Amino acid sequence: MPQQPIQAPFPGVFYRRPAPDQPPFVEPGQRVEADTVIGLIEVMKQFCELRAEATGTLITFEVEDETVVEAGQAIATLEGE
Amino acid sequence: MIRRLLIVNRGEIALRIVRAARELGIRSIVAHSEADADSLAARQADAAICIGPPQAAKSYLNPEAILHAARTCEADALHPGYGFLSENAAFARAVADAGLVFVGPDAAIIERMGDKAMARQTAIDAGVPVVPGSPGAVSDPARALALAEDIGFPLLIKAAAGGGGRGIRVVENAGTFDAQLRAAQAEARAAFGDDRVYLERFIARARHIEVQVLGDGRRAVHLFERECSLQRRRQKIFEECPSPALDEPTREALCHSAVALTEHVGYFGAGTLEYLFDETSGEFFFIEMNTRIQVEHPITEAVTGIDLVREMLRLAGGEPLRFTQSDIQRRGWAVEMRINAEDPERDFFPSPGVVQRLAWPSGPGVRVDSGLYEGYRMPPFYDSLVAKLIVWDDSRDAALARAARALDELVLEGFATTAGLHRRLLDTPQLRSAEVDTGFLERWLSSRPATTPAKEAVR
Repeated sequence: MPQQPIQAPFPGVFYRRPAPDQPPFVEPGQRVEADTVIGLIEVMKQFCELRAEATGTLITFEVEDETVVEAGQAIATLEGE
Repeated sequence: MIRRLLIVNRGEIALRIVRAARELGIRSIVAHSEADADSLAARQADAAICIGPPQAAKSYLNPEAILHAARTCEADALHPGYGFLSENAAFARAVADAGLVFVGPDAAIIERMGDKAMARQTAIDAGVPVVPGSPGAVSDPARALALAEDIGFPLLIKAAAGGGGRGIRVVENAGTFDAQLRAAQAEARAAFGDDRVYLERFIARARHIEVQVLGDGRRAVHLFERECSLQRRRQKIFEECPSPALDEPTREALCHSAVALTEHVGYFGAGTLEYLFDETSGEFFFIEMNTRIQVEHPITEAVTGIDLVREMLRLAGGEPLRFTQSDIQRRGWAVEMRINAEDPERDFFPSPGVVQRLAWPSGPGVRVDSGLYEGYRMPPFYDSLVAKLIVWDDSRDAALARAARALDELVLEGFATTAGLHRRLLDTPQLRSAEVDTGFLERWLSSRPATTPAKEAVR
């Protein structure tokens, strides 16, 4: 199966949870659809949803929750179908 | 007398405070996050000290890190700027407890004016008008209708548990009040599990007008008003001083009420009282007080000739207020255009980037407050305000013409900004004739045809 990165479209802070007291959007190993939200990126006080963009299995997150990411940086790896 | 000032902020306002301190012979130390080590404010200050990682919660909002930095650099005063911890009463108290001067009012006043219900009651006690409404929740239909007729129609029925524009119904007249009340209660119960609703006057065409004040704890003066009706999602984008909507008697009554409230609480430092102005009835209503310096303070400085940040530092250093009301005169007209790193063509999405080319406008009557420089890489962690273009001239028409001239001189490349939006706004008949209210900008944005792609592509 082809593996592809899910990239940050712009720089910011990556969050795996919708709010600090809530569970992560997805866990590694979970099946996702193209429109599945896998996290949030905060840029200049605005939050933007990051979606899987393809159907498959999210194998691993490449960055920790609440870390600073650059534009184009791989956030997670997806195994397509 | 302040000797060593710790400035706990970033961007243009940190630089603004560095400049005021320098002019008063005060040593400035900028407290910055790791992401702001190469900021213009940090470079221009006498010293800079890092207070933590880029995320504001770990630096600019971290009292322990800030107070540790204050001890390390032996600061005797702290200026919080705007935003971040500037209106946090617990922080103001912690600063004072650490033996430093907090440049602003003391914690008790921040607490009192920062709580909306308490501020409203304080205003009523000081004889300042507030938006007419029911004193608490209403339930009995007959009593509610009697209250509604006192408040006047149209009015709003608001869910006590609502917020952010949810759970609000507009009632046009007494005839439909009863049915609307029942519907609002049912909706509130379904949406929030709480059917309490209250009533408030509906102001169809409200203008946002605010009064700048200075106080020394014993007496206060006003520095006239600013109008900030051009807003998007409650964020101000274009401001002017004075307001084009007020006649002299209304202006005098408005500013007088602001001084009365300021003196009523024994206010200390620079503050701003925000009002809604109902253009239809000519009434003004106090809504809240900001107990700090505001983004748009330079237009007041332009029109009154008084440096507000220097006055804040003088007052905090123990000097009494240096002006009587009659010393403060207005001259001419000033406007401020907020240049945000946001793309108006993409629903104002943030547009961080590197400053590739930069040439500020200059010439008569032009002031730029900004932390940008060529090669500057904007961190993505903070507010999108990157520059304020402030223009003064002897009349409103002249100031608007000069604003257009200044925008045409601006060269700022590397990311999308709101500069082009301001240039188009200046051409609208509504702005030119000052026929605006707080809903104008959003109505104009949604009705405006898309900009031609060819023109945008060469940005």
